[in-house]
Amino acid sequence: MTMAVERWTAQSRAGVGGAALVLGALALAPMLIGPGIVDRLTALFIYVILAAMWNALAGYCGLVSIGQQLFFGLGAYATIRIAFAGVDPFLAMILGAVAVGVLAWPVSLFMLRLKGGEFSIGMWVLASIGQLCVKLDPMIQGETGSSLISLNAYGADLRRNLIYWGALAAMTCLLAALFALLRSREGLAIQAIRDNEEAATSLGVRPERTKRRLFVLAAFGIALAGALWLAQAVSFQPKSYFSVQWTAYMIFMVLVGGIGRFEGAILGAVLFFAVETFFAATGVWYLIGLGATAIVFSLYFPRGLWGAVAARTGVQLLPLGYRATNTET
Amino acid sequence: MTATLKAIGIGKRFGALAVLEGIDFDLSSSAAIGIVGPNGAGKSTLMAVLSGALVPSAGRIEMDGRDITELGAAERSGLGVMRTHQIPKPFLGLTVLENVLVGATHAGAAQGEAAYALALGALDTAGMRRLANRPAESLGLLDRKRLELARALATRPKILLLDEIGGGLTDAEAEELVQMIKGLRAEGIGIVWIEHIVHLLMQVVERLICVDAGRIIADGSPAAVMAHPDVVRAYMGGV
Ligand SMILES: Nc1ncnc2c1ncn2[C@@H]1O[C@H](COP(=O)(O)OP(=O)(O)O)[C@@H](O)[C@H]1O
Ligand SMILES: [Mg+2]
Repeated sequence: MTMAVERWTAQSRAGVGGAALVLGALALAPMLIGPGIVDRLTALFIYVILAAMWNALAGYCGLVSIGQQLFFGLGAYATIRIAFAGVDPFLAMILGAVAVGVLAWPVSLFMLRLKGGEFSIGMWVLASIGQLCVKLDPMIQGETGSSLISLNAYGADLRRNLIYWGALAAMTCLLAALFALLRSREGLAIQAIRDNEEAATSLGVRPERTKRRLFVLAAFGIALAGALWLAQAVSFQPKSYFSVQWTAYMIFMVLVGGIGRFEGAILGAVLFFAVETFFAATGVWYLIGLGATAIVFSLYFPRGLWGAVAARTGVQLLPLGYRATNTET
Repeated sequence: MTATLKAIGIGKRFGALAVLEGIDFDLSSSAAIGIVGPNGAGKSTLMAVLSGALVPSAGRIEMDGRDITELGAAERSGLGVMRTHQIPKPFLGLTVLENVLVGATHAGAAQGEAAYALALGALDTAGMRRLANRPAESLGLLDRKRLELARALATRPKILLLDEIGGGLTDAEAEELVQMIKGLRAEGIGIVWIEHIVHLLMQVVERLICVDAGRIIADGSPAAVMAHPDVVRAYMGGV
């Protein structure tokens, strides 16, 4: 029998079909559920975006950044700035995220020269600088902040649903784009760079270019998440948007769900969302619990929950890899 | 069409340490050259310079008459200059097949079914078919060396630089390796093979180069090089 390569299995077709059904149901949900749940689900979609983007960088390409709050904060800031110029707030969210993506290109030129821990810390430093720069803008009034007042032009219900659908659409498009990217030959290059940059280069991969594209995509995605968060919260204070807690959440979600696994980041976001829903009221203990859980996972379950499930059962819902058939000669 | 690779006056230093000095040689894709020399002679460094992984401190490298000294390893791999690593560098988070596909889809410039065909063919040639779906991290050293070779083959190389891929093989496996490399030659792939096991080299190459302390001390027919007094001395001194 001649060998062949297969990528989809019956199981993964069912996985994608199931995902489409869930997304379809979520699109209709605002007609059926109360406003409080609509708001909570919007937050969940934002978490999924954050987790998926951090996973793309760290899990697939080995780029562990602890400064991704930079793009979250800049996304919110750019949205306010553009809306302030008289642009419709929803359009401003998209333009703001695009602007941050464009800015991420030159930023990547020097940040990606840093390796390993230097890159991680460098990103964190850059996030602090970003926060200081934003505070210089008179419109932001230092730590007092500002708000996306033009959203008030929309009625409360319409506004809530539009933000919900916007977050759902952003999550769907970003996950689909990431899935397509990671399944393409670029996805092979990304993972090869993570595992051994020198060997990847010797096989024709161009690490600078490949990393830069992924970095820009992640910046855009996280900026869009920041813009959506702003739309929901309305007010903007630099301190809370540029807080390192956002990156801590991303790390938690990815480590618990399963780093380097597409389904893992989504599962991690859902778990984080559940934990937050039930325990956030416990304040400091909640944060300590999150940190302790992340450490326990990275020490004892480095593959995360989805990694453990996949290893036990062989389940692959959204397969990125390649399988050879008829390997017995 | 035959490709030619030419090294002219290559030198390489790491700080104060001169590892290569005044290396001149050329080869075409219809040739097979063996390289021998004591440990630390600079053989692997020469591979790295030829493949673009290291920038030489002196001299230049030409491919088909074009100066490629400034081209990095990724660009050179696209031109058909491909090396394997003495210490294997597998992509541990990928399967064997995926490792090979990285080469097929990048330096090999193939896509879709063409890339699969290239990768599967390379796995077959390297004798790794049964391991195609294994995670690379589960491979032992010998299979990691085979994977180096399979990855390189999937890039459609014109000139293949092999760095000690024969160590640790049984006699039967070594014989298979020799047959395989002869097969590659017959396909018109130029071979540069660094190996300590001289009797394996002798079955494949028609020219042998001996490197010692960063210089070529003998270059010619295998029998003549092995009998050369400097080579005998280098080996005796190296033990
Ligand atoms: N990156 C490096 N930095 C400093 N010294 C190096 C480096 N790579 C190799 N060397 C030195 O260069 C010499 C030649 O090494 P190598 O080319 O690996 O020899 P061979 O393959 O012939 O055994 C050795 O002395 C080694 O220590
Ligand atoms: Mg060596």
